[in-house]
Amino acid sequence: MEHKEIFDHLTALFPETGLEFDEDVPCIVVPPAAIRDVSLQVRDDEMLQFDFLMCLSGVDNADGTLGVVYHLHSVPLGHKLTLKVIVPADNPHLQSVERVWRTADWHEREAYDLVGMVFDGHRDLRRILNPYDWEGHPLRKDYEVPEFYNGMKVPY
Amino acid sequence: MSETLEALQEDIAAGRLQTDELVLNMGPQHPSTHGVLRLELVLDGEAVVKVIPHLGYLHRCFEKHAEAMTYPQVIPYTDRMDYLAAMNNNHGYALAVERLMGIEVPERVEYIRIIMAELQRIASHLVAIGTFGMDIGAFTPFLYCFRDREYILDIFERTCGARLLYNYMWVGGLSHDVHDGFEKDVAEFIRKFRPTIKEVNDLLNYNKIFIERTANVGVLPPDVAISYGCSGPMLRGSGVDFDLRRDDPYSIYDRFDWEVCVGKGDAGTVGDCWDRHMVRVWEMEQSCNIIEQALESFPEGDITEAIPKRIRPPKGEIYTRVENPRGELGYYVISDGSQNPFRVKARGPSFVNLSVIDEISRGHLIADIVAILGSVDIVLGEVDR
Repeated sequence: MEHKEIFDHLTALFPETGLEFDEDVPCIVVPPAAIRDVSLQVRDDEMLQFDFLMCLSGVDNADGTLGVVYHLHSVPLGHKLTLKVIVPADNPHLQSVERVWRTADWHEREAYDLVGMVFDGHRDLRRILNPYDWEGHPLRKDYEVPEFYNGMKVPY
Repeated sequence: MSETLEALQEDIAAGRLQTDELVLNMGPQHPSTHGVLRLELVLDGEAVVKVIPHLGYLHRCFEKHAEAMTYPQVIPYTDRMDYLAAMNNNHGYALAVERLMGIEVPERVEYIRIIMAELQRIASHLVAIGTFGMDIGAFTPFLYCFRDREYILDIFERTCGARLLYNYMWVGGLSHDVHDGFEKDVAEFIRKFRPTIKEVNDLLNYNKIFIERTANVGVLPPDVAISYGCSGPMLRGSGVDFDLRRDDPYSIYDRFDWEVCVGKGDAGTVGDCWDRHMVRVWEMEQSCNIIEQALESFPEGDITEAIPKRIRPPKGEIYTRVENPRGELGYYVISDGSQNPFRVKARGPSFVNLSVIDEISRGHLIADIVAILGSVDIVLGEVDR
């Protein structure tokens, strides 16, 4: 199925949620409080069957918002889908999809670690690439490299 | 100390004997972790209850660096992610930027890229197979594998001057044309290499000790593999017939006649360590087939004509994926119209494949963790980026 068809299919199922369609990318923009329900739907729907989460990326959009992008693939049906969630940078909360696709566990930890959005409902949201006591989120556009880390000079 | 089993059980029941779970650190400097990875093993006696991986010892901020670089300057950084498969990393990134800019590359470039990518796949699988054997305790096959890998690295060195980190596939083309006699060298290598596969089969893969150590160990069922996003030999070892070169074709893979290798559970259960290992062995043969067909119709031409003078992709974003030796390597590139990428996210197959380790290790013994980790075939440079 193409993105537009999937969008029409989903808006029929979630009329109240406020899903939006972005022509340019193309992708479906989902509100942060609905991403878990929409994810479960696209995974279990007979017509969609998106069982494979290829990639989950955190992005700092540099306009006061953060984005999370879900690239999905269906192994049985062979089609693809892109979902996007946009959250404000000062209150970056969204639902976790860690229990929908198990691979989202580490991807969400990485997005939290590097970009700093908080996935509500994630069972083990710790840093993953940076040290556990690192401060700040390096992939934010306004990130400043700390001068010292635990008394050691950061050489950059 | 109590001497009979009954007496021991009595001691445990009375609280005189400690039966707590034990935490054991494997790594960060452990030979079987193939780099710097720390596995925190929670043990009940010698059985593993839980595995908690701790990563990041090799984190080099690839994605942060990429934002400060121009598009071509990112390519050497991609080399250093999966340093055993640098050609494939270059290929994925070059494809992503080419698709953003709408560049069509010349025929000859496509052919050279395919031959290089498949040679690199063989080289990478040789390391995986050799070191896996060594983890289990078979040292000789390791030498056979590394000997043949060296022939491939020699070919790469003659073409682009580097043995491991090539910076070879550029946006729209290649850094160099192949050297004189390249086709002869590759054909000669394939001729010499095919008997090695049989040697490795005889020495290692059908060796009784090796099968005992790997069959029925670390079984990964297909639905779990898909849910954890496993790809490459991990996914195919579990019996899922899925290969990006065929199912999401890129470059010119659709022109060649080859097979996707799938684990069948010949030695034990579908999806065990032996299956994952054998998928790699069979894939090397398929790579040979692809290279031979590519050499037959190798075209002449200019390799630099599609390289753009200025690389400034229009505003937009793209997710491109290629089949790395370890699985699906994805690049999510966002362009804001300037000469630096706004965001480059690399989805490394090793990172995702490693996340399943806890699931498939539970209940096994410590010695099996070594076998399981070896069969996942991670490269820490890519896990940590």
